[in-house]
Amino acid sequence: MAMSFNQTSEHEWKLDVCGYTCPHPQMYTKKAMQKIAAGDVLTLVFDNPSSGESIAAMCEAEGNDLFERTEEGGSFVWKIRKG
Amino acid sequence: MNAVTENVGANPGGLLRKSILQSMAVVLFVIAGSAVALSIDTRFVYLLVYVWFGLAYGILLQYGRFCMASAVRDLFAVKVPRMAVGVMIAVALYSIVAAIVTISGFSTFHPNAMGWHIVIGAAIFGFGIVFTGGCASGSLYKAGEGNMNSMLVIVAISFSQAIVVTASGWWDNLVPQHWIDSAMAKGMPEELSVTKGWFDIFTAGYVWDLKGTTTAELLGAAGTKTGVIVYNTLITAILPVIVILVALYLLYYRKSYLRRTKNANPALKDEFAGIWAMCTSSKNTAIAGIGLGILAGLHMYVTGALREHYGIFNFGELLTAMGYTGGLSIQDTVFDPGYWYITTQEAQWGGWVLHKLGIENMDSIYFGLDNGLPNPLLNAPGFMSIGIILGAAVMALARKEFKWKTPTLETAFFAIVGGTLMGIGARLAMGCNIGAFFATVTNGDPSGWVFLIGMTIGAYLGVKVFTWWMDRAAAKMEAGCGL
Repeated sequence: MAMSFNQTSEHEWKLDVCGYTCPHPQMYTKKAMQKIAAGDVLTLVFDNPSSGESIAAMCEAEGNDLFERTEEGGSFVWKIRKG
Repeated sequence: MNAVTENVGANPGGLLRKSILQSMAVVLFVIAGSAVALSIDTRFVYLLVYVWFGLAYGILLQYGRFCMASAVRDLFAVKVPRMAVGVMIAVALYSIVAAIVTISGFSTFHPNAMGWHIVIGAAIFGFGIVFTGGCASGSLYKAGEGNMNSMLVIVAISFSQAIVVTASGWWDNLVPQHWIDSAMAKGMPEELSVTKGWFDIFTAGYVWDLKGTTTAELLGAAGTKTGVIVYNTLITAILPVIVILVALYLLYYRKSYLRRTKNANPALKDEFAGIWAMCTSSKNTAIAGIGLGILAGLHMYVTGALREHYGIFNFGELLTAMGYTGGLSIQDTVFDPGYWYITTQEAQWGGWVLHKLGIENMDSIYFGLDNGLPNPLLNAPGFMSIGIILGAAVMALARKEFKWKTPTLETAFFAIVGGTLMGIGARLAMGCNIGAFFATVTNGDPSGWVFLIGMTIGAYLGVKVFTWWMDRAAAKMEAGCGL
């Protein structure tokens, strides 16, 4: 499954990196966060658990707000608001 | 930062029960397998020590998402020091337990030969791990999460090593003549044909002429408590760990920490608080680092105690006593490090398959003299690797994170090419990030830090190439993805 990155509404974006292992998810997330504007929300979908730890640390370091984490059947849906 | 809303599973009760049952089924499978082995011969307890430590390593690796590849890769790729910090915690703990084990007389550790091959091999290994998404242990635990890319990595590591250590051809002529002369002068048995196959020449003509030593031996304090505690543990392990932690804090954590704590003029105690915050920022990783450090030391102790109990130096002696003589080296030994190790047993898996396919590889130093080619069902360290996969599956199932992930053409390509580079690098450096780094620096052998330097250089270059590839792929999909 290929990576996809789309704008879903005026201030909302979705990045789907399911099927990818490290370091793809964290690197694509970093690029996506650089692309969107401050205050915009990124919905991130991934299924590589290890990437989650790095992405959470990345959010903390860069001042982005990881405000919602959903997990089901080995897939993670996280919402991040760019700070 | 606001509070995080967590939602784990739409039907927590039902799914949780099912996943816990599946997790317990894996543990029961290992218990049943252990019982069968013991019913055949109680001396298989020696092999089962590897199995159960492997299971515990797998549980902790998955719990802490503890992949040493990300220790160096994520520093350069996304500037996250989480895993580098976790590894340093594990090194500090392992070194303390290793000191106790060594003073108790149960250490099974042997230092690695120090030379340029470590830097070159580690750099190739470090380059490969960026593309595979995991180190050798990381690939095992990710395989336990259902990641088939990681399974491909393990296959690539296994066969690339098995081929590297036995292949012979025109490239044999590229090695320096003095290596060949030195290899011939060793007077090895003819059946090993040490001047045929570049890896044999490299081993007998170069590596065997190098010195491997602990810092205590180097400073004339081998076998003393001062040598073990001060030179091997404090100077070789703890001091570099402190220096690296401070460097990680200054380079990767301090700026964001002071911003978050709104502290423009930090006092020294604030800096210490920052270092502590960095070490505890990922509790899972820190806990896994502590657990792995302690377990790795205990593993060495238990194996050492069992060797004393059975009066053996190597599992090959026990296999012979139990009537299993197939696949032993000409010294009647098999690979049996007695501590956490990954790549050699995977090389044996690949070598065993190739041998069964009719390829003669027992005439090599690596298999024929040193490690043997035992049946995988009798390969004790091999079962540690399987234990890691199963342990990770236990934890991933219990946390509902297990998911079969099938490779795409792109990820399969990365897994096979990266895994092959890891295999080549590991053999040149005489081990991976576990055997050539983690197990060495914690036992007073400074060659492991040389491995880490090489691995860091390789990972840095790997991230550069990987970023170029990713940008190229994103540009191709520009219309569709916009990254």
